[in-house]
Amino acid sequence: MFLQLKNITKRYPGVVALNNVSLDIHEGEVHALVGENGAGKSTLIKTCTGAIAPNEGTIVIKGQEFTSLTPKSSEQMGVGVIYQEFNLVDELTVAENIFLGRAIRKGFVIDQKAMEVEAAKIFKQFDIKINPRELVGNLTIGYQQLVEIAKAISQNAKLLIMDEPSAPLTQTEALALHAMVEKLKASGVTIVYISHRMDEIFKLCDRITVLRDGEKVSTINTSDTNLDDLVTLMVGRELTETYPDRKDCISDEILLEVNNLSGNGVNGINLKIRRGEVLGLAGLIGAGRTELAELLFGVKSKSGGSVTLHGNEIDPKLPKEAIGYGIALVPEDRKRLGALLDVTIRGNICISIIERISKFFTRDKKEEQRIAVHYKDAIRIKTPNLEQKIKNLSGGNQQKVIIAKWLATEPSLVIFDEPTRGIDVGAKSEIYALVNSLVEDGKAVLMISSEMEEVMGMSDRILVLREGRITGELDRNDFDQETIMGFASQN
Amino acid sequence: MDNSDTLNGAGKLASKYAKQFGIYIVLLALLVFFSIASENFLVSSNLLNVARQVSMMGIAAVGFSFVLLLGGIDLSVGSVITLVNIVAAYFMVNLGMPPFLAVIIALALSAALGFSNGWIIANINMPPIIVTLAMMIIIEGIAYLISGGLPIYGFAKSFAVIGQGYVGPIPIPVIIMVVIMGLGGFILNKTYFGRYFYAVGGNEEAAKLSGIDVKRVKYLVYTLSGFFAGVAGIVILSRTNSGQVLSGKGFEFDVLTACVLGGVSVTGGVGKISNVLAGVLILGVLSNGLVLLDISQFVQMVIKGTVLMLAVALDCLQNRKES
Repeated sequence: MFLQLKNITKRYPGVVALNNVSLDIHEGEVHALVGENGAGKSTLIKTCTGAIAPNEGTIVIKGQEFTSLTPKSSEQMGVGVIYQEFNLVDELTVAENIFLGRAIRKGFVIDQKAMEVEAAKIFKQFDIKINPRELVGNLTIGYQQLVEIAKAISQNAKLLIMDEPSAPLTQTEALALHAMVEKLKASGVTIVYISHRMDEIFKLCDRITVLRDGEKVSTINTSDTNLDDLVTLMVGRELTETYPDRKDCISDEILLEVNNLSGNGVNGINLKIRRGEVLGLAGLIGAGRTELAELLFGVKSKSGGSVTLHGNEIDPKLPKEAIGYGIALVPEDRKRLGALLDVTIRGNICISIIERISKFFTRDKKEEQRIAVHYKDAIRIKTPNLEQKIKNLSGGNQQKVIIAKWLATEPSLVIFDEPTRGIDVGAKSEIYALVNSLVEDGKAVLMISSEMEEVMGMSDRILVLREGRITGELDRNDFDQETIMGFASQN
Repeated sequence: MDNSDTLNGAGKLASKYAKQFGIYIVLLALLVFFSIASENFLVSSNLLNVARQVSMMGIAAVGFSFVLLLGGIDLSVGSVITLVNIVAAYFMVNLGMPPFLAVIIALALSAALGFSNGWIIANINMPPIIVTLAMMIIIEGIAYLISGGLPIYGFAKSFAVIGQGYVGPIPIPVIIMVVIMGLGGFILNKTYFGRYFYAVGGNEEAAKLSGIDVKRVKYLVYTLSGFFAGVAGIVILSRTNSGQVLSGKGFEFDVLTACVLGGVSVTGGVGKISNVLAGVLILGVLSNGLVLLDISQFVQMVIKGTVLMLAVALDCLQNRKES
C-alpha cells in the first residue's frame, strides 16, 4: 500500500467537494481516477499533495499518518504531480528546467555540464530522445510533458499523479506518453492517472476509481469492467450511445465552397459543405486544420483562391466580418481564445451581438437578458446565476456558454475546433446532440477534431489534412481509423 | 474556491462588500480623521475647494481609466494638457481668436493626438508605454516651440468662467467633472463599446474572435483619453489665466495614482468609474487635509506614496487569496 485516504471530507461554502472518500493506492499500480468535471478529482489530487487540507479524514503515505499534509511533506514522501499546466520556463534549457530551484552548483556558479549529464541519465533510463541543452520553448507539448515527468523523477517521485496528461496531446504524442507510463510502472513508480479518454484507461490502468458528485462510487479492477459499465458508473445514468443518431438532413444546397484556397500555411484547399452536413477535418496537430478555420473566419488573410458562401464570394478581413456573413468559430483553446474569463455568463453570451441589438450605441439590457436566458435554457448551462463570472464554471459549462454565444449570432456555418477537449462524458454527449440539432436545423458544421472516434462518430464526410493540403476524403461508409491515419501521416 | 478554509459564508460576503466599497470606507475614514484633526476641514467652503482642486484630475481620470481597462497606459496625458494650454492661449492672445473657437480647436487637437497614440499602438503593435512616452516628449517639445517657454496671458474675461465661475455655490469645474464622470460611467455600462473595453482588456484575442474590431476600440479609447485630457487642460488654463509650459508636467502620474487607488487594474479588464471618483477624492482630501495640518509638502509626498503602495498591496493580497 503506497497511499491510503481514509474518510476524506472537504467542504467549501455551499458545496461538499469530497464526501467521506476512502481510497487505497497499491504500490506499483497504475490507478485511474475518472469522473465527470466537478466530480471531485482535482480536490482529491490537491488533498494528496497537501495543497489543501481536508476538513475530516486522514492521509496515510507509506504507513505514516497525516491529518494535515503540507506540500513539502508530500514531496518528501515521494508524491509528484504532472499538472495540466506545465511548470516549465520556456527560456531555459531542458536540463535547467529539470533542476529548477535545485541547480547543481560549483561554488557560486551553476554547473551546466553536471545538470546536463544528470538529465541525460534520466532520459536514457526511459529511452527519451531529448537534448538536455534544447530550450524548452522549442519543444512540442508532448516533449515538454516528458520533461515535466523527468523533473518529477529526478526529485525521486515514487507516486506520480498525472492530471489529464493526454488532453493536449496528438495521437502520436499520446502513444509516446503511454509508452512512458508503462516504463515508469516497470521501474516501480506508482501512478494515479486521470483522464476522460476511456481507451487509454483500459489500455494502461490496473484499477479504476470512479468519483461522482464528490463521492466515491466504486473502485474496480479494469479486467472486471467494460466501457459501457464504466460510463454508467460515471454519469449515474445509462448513456445509450456516445454519438446520438441524427436524421438524414443533408440538403443538396451547397452552403460553402472553397476553391484553391491558400495562405496561413495551407495550400490549394478545395472543399464544399452542404446545408445539414457535418464535415470533419482530421489530421495531426499542425496539419493546417486550425489554420484553414482561421482563413475562413477572417482571423488571417488568404493569399489566393476563393471562398463562396450562399453563392456569394466573401473575403472577410476580420472575424467581425465573417460573423456578419453568418460564420461562427468555436475555438480550440477555451480559456485563451474563447472565454472572457472576468466577464459574466450573460456578458459572454451576448458579447458578439450587443452591438447589433444596441440602439444609438446604448445597450438593450432587457433583450440581452432575454437572449442569455433563452440560450441558457436551450442548451442547459448549469448555473443558478447568469451574473456569475464564467471562470467559475466547469470546463463543459464554459464550452456551452461559448457555443451559446455563437448560436446567438444565428450563424449558418459553425466551425468547431476540438469542441470537446477536456470536457467530461456527460457534457460531451450534450455537445454532440447540439451539433446534431444545428445541422437538422439546416446549418452546416465544420468540425476539427484530433479524437479519431469523435471525428468518425460525428461527421458525414471527413477530409484529412497533412502539411497544409488535403490528402484524403472519405464518405461515412468508408470511415476507417487506419485509412485516416494513413492519409494524415504518410508521404 | 480553494481559499475558504477560514472564510465562512458571512465572512465571504463581508469580504465581497469590503472589496466593492472598501475604497469608500478609506475615504470616509480620512474625512473623519481630518474633521477631528482640523477644525477648518469640515467646512462647506473647504470641501467645495477640495472638489474644485481635484476636478481636473477627475476629468482626465475618466479617459485614463479607459486606457487602463484596455491594459494600456497613456503617459502623454500631462503633455496634452500642456499643449492644449499653450495652443488655446496662443490662438486667443496671439491670433485674437474668440475663446469658443480656440477651445474647439484645442480639443480637436487633443483628440487627434490621442487618436495618433491609438493608431500607432493598434497598427504598429508598439507597447503603449513607449508610444505615449515618445508622444509625451514630442508634444512637450512642440509646446516649447510655440510658446518659446514663456507664459501667454491676457484672455477675454468670458474665458475665465470655465475655471473660476460658479453655479450657485458649486464651482463650474466641479460640474464639468461630474458631467464627464457621468458620461464615463454611461459609456462603460450602458453602451456596447464600453463593454468592449472590458472584453479587449480582459482577453484581446478572445475579444477579436468574438467579433470585436479591436483596433477601432483602441482608436476610440486613446482618442477619448486625449480628449478628456484636453478638457482638463482647458479648465486648468481658465483657472490659472495663463498658458504655461509646465501646466501639465507630471499630471499623468497623479491621474494614474487616482485610478489605481480607485481599483482599476493596470493589467486591464477590471475597474469602475464610481471607484475612480473615490480614488480622485482620496488624493484631494489627503492634499487638502495635510495642508490644513501644516504638514510639509515633502512629508505629503511620502504619505501619498505610502497610501498608493498600501492600496495596491491590499488589492494584490486579495487577488492572491482568490486564486
